[in-house]
Amino acid sequence: MTVAESVAADPMRNHGPGRRARDLLESARTAIAAAFGGDPERLVMTSGGTEAVHLAVQGAVAANRTRPARILSSAVEHSAVLWAADHAGVEHVRIPVDRHGVVDLDALADQLRRGAALVSCIHASHEVGTVQPLEAVARLCRDHDALLHVDAAQTAGRMAVTLASTGADYVSVSGAKFGGGRGIGAVVLSPRARLRPLLGGDERERRRRAGLEHLPGVAAMAEALLQLAPSDPQGQAARDAAAAHHLRRRLRAALPQVADDVEVHGAPDAAAPHIAAVSALYCDGQALVSALDDAGFAVHSGSSCATTSGEPSHVLVAMGALTHGHVRVSVGPEVTEEDVDAFVEAFGQAVGRLRAASLGGR
Amino acid sequence: MTTTDPASAARTLDTLGKKCPVPVIELAKTMPRVDVGDTLVVLSDDPGAKVDIPVWCRMKKHELVGADEDAGVFSFVVRRRH
Repeated sequence: MTVAESVAADPMRNHGPGRRARDLLESARTAIAAAFGGDPERLVMTSGGTEAVHLAVQGAVAANRTRPARILSSAVEHSAVLWAADHAGVEHVRIPVDRHGVVDLDALADQLRRGAALVSCIHASHEVGTVQPLEAVARLCRDHDALLHVDAAQTAGRMAVTLASTGADYVSVSGAKFGGGRGIGAVVLSPRARLRPLLGGDERERRRRAGLEHLPGVAAMAEALLQLAPSDPQGQAARDAAAAHHLRRRLRAALPQVADDVEVHGAPDAAAPHIAAVSALYCDGQALVSALDDAGFAVHSGSSCATTSGEPSHVLVAMGALTHGHVRVSVGPEVTEEDVDAFVEAFGQAVGRLRAASLGGR
Repeated sequence: MTTTDPASAARTLDTLGKKCPVPVIELAKTMPRVDVGDTLVVLSDDPGAKVDIPVWCRMKKHELVGADEDAGVFSFVVRRRH
């Protein structure tokens, strides 16, 4: 009996391969729930992070119709969360953020006083890395009897993310973001969190999510979490994070040294260490991406000229940050100080060339 | 509008139809031709300009006197400070 045969079987069947598939599914579920400080009976596996946030946001609102028909979210949520909230059939209010992208707690408190079923707050920004003050957000939610969804796609597997540490009722995660496999995600439910399924019609996932379980994905997420041990201060995730913090600080300090008029985005230290972002005045974001790609660096831009929609990143707009000439850098565990220094040099040269071309004989 | 005194008349920089970062580049190129203390009106229909022109004023230490939006056209009044 191979793992491949086990994961190919239907865990709802009572033959031998089915039982083995069920054992594998349930042991993986136990490991995943433990990593997020949840109950295996209250963990819903999904097809990825996008489905997880839709299930958490829309499933929470649909299961809590007696609560005020409003969702409050930070203005810097992932676009999947904003879409889910906009299409949940209730009012959706976006709470402003400061220049670092930190949610305005006074504005949140003001809106909570008017009532809300759900608050959705990203753990760390996918665009600038800034970590939200979840302890204060959770306290406000408790004080005003609102449920809290935390989108932990950027932090799960990398930092300690548990129901207790986030204070959340719903935590959504994505396996693709931490080496836990593509096509797998999860929602972790607190003891009081109710959920109405988006996909129904069978008994799987404790009737919270119909459809044949993606067993290889579930097993891969469990294995990645066991290896990373994100809640262990001495674990792999903590070691990777310490290294990334060092590189992020080095990058943020060096970028303004190689070019004038650059804005380094996000909180300096209260941040997911693997995400850094910068904008250079007078530069075209797509041209920067191309120039850095030529130099061997794969970066992304949220500048409007670099997006298919023609709209600048809603995160940069909400922060009041320079939206053009923007690049976002991911600092993976394989990145070295030399890589950071080479990137900084390439960035400085690219900015210099682009400005010489665009500003010319100013 | 009378233009008998070009030095004090508000100048207008029309960047309609131009995408980021062109409006900000044109603003930077035009500002040296505005007298210190005078204002420049900047028109743009690029959604990025709504944020980027105020940010430019902050970064380059000029004064954003006013900002308005009408039917997708943003207008900014920028005063040269130095």
